Parts: sequence; structure tokens; C-alpha cells
Amino acid sequence: MTALRRFYFTLVALFLAAPLIVVAGVSINEKQELTFPPRGFSMSWYGQIFTDPEWRLALIHSVTLAVCSAAIAVAIALPLAWFLWRRIAPWANIFQVLGLAPFILPPVITALGFLTFWATVGLFGQFFTAIVSHAIFFVTLPLVTLSLGFASIDRSLVEAAATMGADDRTVLKTVVLPLILPYLVSGYAFAFVLSLNEYIVAYMTIGFTTETLPIKIFNALRYGYTPTMASVSVFFVAVAALVFGSIARFGDIRRLLGAMGSDGN
Amino acid sequence: MRREAPKTVADYTPLFFPGFMLVIFFVVPFSTMIVVSFFKRDPAGFYTPDFVIDNYARFLSVFFGSVLGFSLVLAIIVALCCVAIAFPFTYLLTRCPRRVQTLWLVGLLSVLSLSEVIIGFAWSTLFSRTAGITNLFVALGLMEQPVALLPSFGAVLTGMVYQALPYTILVLYPALVRLDPTLLEAARTLGASPLLAFFNVVTPALRNTIVATLIMVFVFALGSYLLPQILGRPQHWTLSVLITDQAIYQSNMPFAAAMAVFLVLISLALVGMMLLVGRKENAL
Repeated sequence: MTALRRFYFTLVALFLAAPLIVVAGVSINEKQELTFPPRGFSMSWYGQIFTDPEWRLALIHSVTLAVCSAAIAVAIALPLAWFLWRRIAPWANIFQVLGLAPFILPPVITALGFLTFWATVGLFGQFFTAIVSHAIFFVTLPLVTLSLGFASIDRSLVEAAATMGADDRTVLKTVVLPLILPYLVSGYAFAFVLSLNEYIVAYMTIGFTTETLPIKIFNALRYGYTPTMASVSVFFVAVAALVFGSIARFGDIRRLLGAMGSDGN
Repeated sequence: MRREAPKTVADYTPLFFPGFMLVIFFVVPFSTMIVVSFFKRDPAGFYTPDFVIDNYARFLSVFFGSVLGFSLVLAIIVALCCVAIAFPFTYLLTRCPRRVQTLWLVGLLSVLSLSEVIIGFAWSTLFSRTAGITNLFVALGLMEQPVALLPSFGAVLTGMVYQALPYTILVLYPALVRLDPTLLEAARTLGASPLLAFFNVVTPALRNTIVATLIMVFVFALGSYLLPQILGRPQHWTLSVLITDQAIYQSNMPFAAAMAVFLVLISLALVGMMLLVGRKENAL
């Protein structure tokens, strides 16, 4: 059984890693050619991300978009999750459904909804429309992590604080917020990484006027190959691994992904 | 602090901002899209207000029928492949030490968060003639000379399975990690081999989870919009690709909106079915 498991795990790992290994390989080619195994060694394509004006601009757009939209997503999710935890108001669950819907529906639909909306109100193509759209599109992630966070709070702690005379605001600030902070950070991180990688919503809102990194990669892909595409891809994998690795290091990623009470065993 | 019903308007304050944002920027755009699907196309701009059902009538064409059929069949194949690979894998993963699980989860999340553009680019490189996997086969003496494996149906399928596999594993993970271990212990005590216990005890016990996961992965695969373009030929285009194409390149927003509404209805019907399956499982 152990041998069988090891074999199976290796196969899955190879399948998941193979395309990334090849991309990492071509990203260090010395000349501008698509060959694997790489010929020569050069890190210059990584430098290109930051020195080439077009790639650098796309990077700045992407990071700005991800930083702002994830912040708005958390700002929407936090009061909503708090209200749902604090109050008994069954009809308010409709907002929870609204928060989950954009993520469950095929992304093209949400993207097209934004396109028609921004075109109708006459703001089509402005950068902030992409920020708002991404915030709504990814609000699901902080909403889910924060709901988990609130569910994990021992209500007797909160009651103790209230008995000692703390009002709602004090309880929120001194008891609740510190307890859910890890969930807040992970929610932000999830939204940030996914926004960084998102293509279709960004494309349908600002694709004609502005290039984010995924849009830039796709546009470059249509006109032929440049090794910078490979180095940017590797860069993205590294950012994702770093962020999720930190969540795992400082938090409990198994619990976030649905393993209940994993602190216990 | 117990949960209590809101009494004053002030108690509702936390809902104001989230409610405002979700209604204005999700409900309104969604409704706009439905309205636009009845509008007329305006080649010069986006659309002209009207009430026509032409956009829906176009669904009856042979071309649309074949695209829809292809999208559904492709999504079903992707869902079946993913669950077939992911179910035993996730089961084995949940029996691993915590450190191993954490490591895999980080890796899976990293792959899952990858842009479809990057997945498409990575597989197109792996399937290319100059840098592709066939070079490895040549080096091993299995092939005469390297060939390009794309564009092809196989390439589209591989890319989509790659995209959906981490998602499938992460959807299955909670159900499998919470699986009652005494079930398996009982089977083992009664003399079942691990493999037999897996197929005769674990799989039937999670039958409904498997069905629900199949549906979720199916909806996820329906949403794939770039991989068929990058890895396939035009006949491998799916409904999602067609929607993007109509909205952006043919600037026929009303028709794109009508197709999107149709796709929503399919997805909603499936999600509804999934909830029904889930309810049955809880009732048992």
C-alpha cells in the first residue's frame, strides 16, 4: 500500500509540476528561443520584468489592482461576516449568497455582467472599474475565511468581556478582532493572489486601455514567443507558493480548507 | 454576547456597506446583462435598447447546437477524469502525516491560483516541438523526431484536467478528512484489505459527495475560456470562448449576454441539483 501510494503521489506531482519545470527551463535560455533543455544560462529574462517599460507597467498595474481590490473585498466581507455571526437575521443570508455567487458561476458570466454594466453607465475602460469588479468577484474568499474565523470564536470569551462591562465596540476591538486577524490576513492573501492571476474580468473591464500581467502575457502569446512570458510565469508561481506557504507557516491551512478541529489532534 | 435579533436601525449599520456594494456592483450588473440580452446589436456602439428575442432564437442554429454539445461533453469528460484521479489521491492524502498534507495543500493552492493564461502557455510549451515532451521521448529512443502535440483535442483536455484537478482535490478534501475512521477500522477488523476497504466502504459511503463534486467540477470546467483557444482548434471552442468572442471581437454584446444567461441557467440547474443531492446525504 505504501509503495502504491508513493507511486501514485509521484505521478500526480509529476503531472502538476511538469509544465512548470519546462517553463522554468525555457525562462533561463540565453537567447530568445523556445528550447528545452535550455541552451546556456541567463537570468536576464527575470530582469526584463522590472526593466522593460511595458512589462514593468503591467506589473505595476497588476500589483495595484490586487492590493486595492483585495482590500475592498475584505472591507465588504468583514462587516457582513460579523453581522451574520452577531445577529439572528435569516433574511441577511441573502447577502451571503450574493457574496458566494460570483465565484461559483462561470467567470465569463461575471465578467460579461461587469462589461455590460460599466459600458451602460459610461465608465468603461477606467482603471478603478477593474478594482471594484475584482473586489466583488473575489469577495467570496475573505467571506469564507472570515466566516470560519467567527465560527471558531468561543462565545463564552465574548460573553465574559460583555459581563465585565465591555460594550459592543470594545468587545469587537479587544476580543473579536485579534481572534479573527489570522483569518482576515488569509482572506486578504487569497484574494490578492487570485486577483494577481485573474484574466477575464480584468480583460473585459480594462483590457482595451490597460495591460495587467496576465493580459500582457496573453497578448504577447498571440504575437509569438518571448522568454519574459516564461520568467513572469515562474515569478507568479513563486509569489503564490510564498503567500500560501506563509499562511501554512503562521496559520492552519488545513483548517482553512475544511479540516475541522485540526488544532486538536 | 449571545446572538440576538437586530432591534434598532443602528444594529443594521454593518450591513450597509456590504449590502450597497453587492447590490450595486453584482445584482445591478447581472440584471443589466439580462436586460441587454433582449436588446438589439449596434455595430457602431454596444447596443440599442429594444425588445427582441432574436438573440435567443440563434440558439436553434446547428452551429450553436454543436458548440453547446461539445462544451457539455468536454466538461463531463474533464469532471470524470478529475474525480477519478482526485478521489483516491485525496483519500490517501488525508491518511498522511499533517506536515505532508500541509505541503501538498500549499502546492495545490499555488497551482489552482495560476492564471489560465499561464497554464495555457505552460502546456503549449510542454506540447511544442522545440521545447516539448517529445524531445524527452526522442532522447529515450521512443520516437524518431520531436513533434508538436498541439493544437489538438488531447491538448485541450490535458490543460483543462490540469486546471481543474487541484480544485477537485480541494473540494473533496473536507469530506474525506472528516470521514469517520471507525468505518475503515471496522472493515479492516473484519478482514478487508486496504484496497477492498477503499472500494467497498469508503467509496459507497461518500457516493453523494462524489456526485456533488462531479457537478462542481463540471460547472468549473464549463467556465474555461482560454485553454480551448490556446491549445485547441476553432472546432474545440466552448460556449465560454464563444461568449468572449462575441462580446469582444464581434462586438455583439446582446448575443453574448443571451448566451451568458443561458450558461447561468445551466449552471444554476446543476448547482440546484447538487444542493438536492447534499440535502439527501444530510437526511440519511
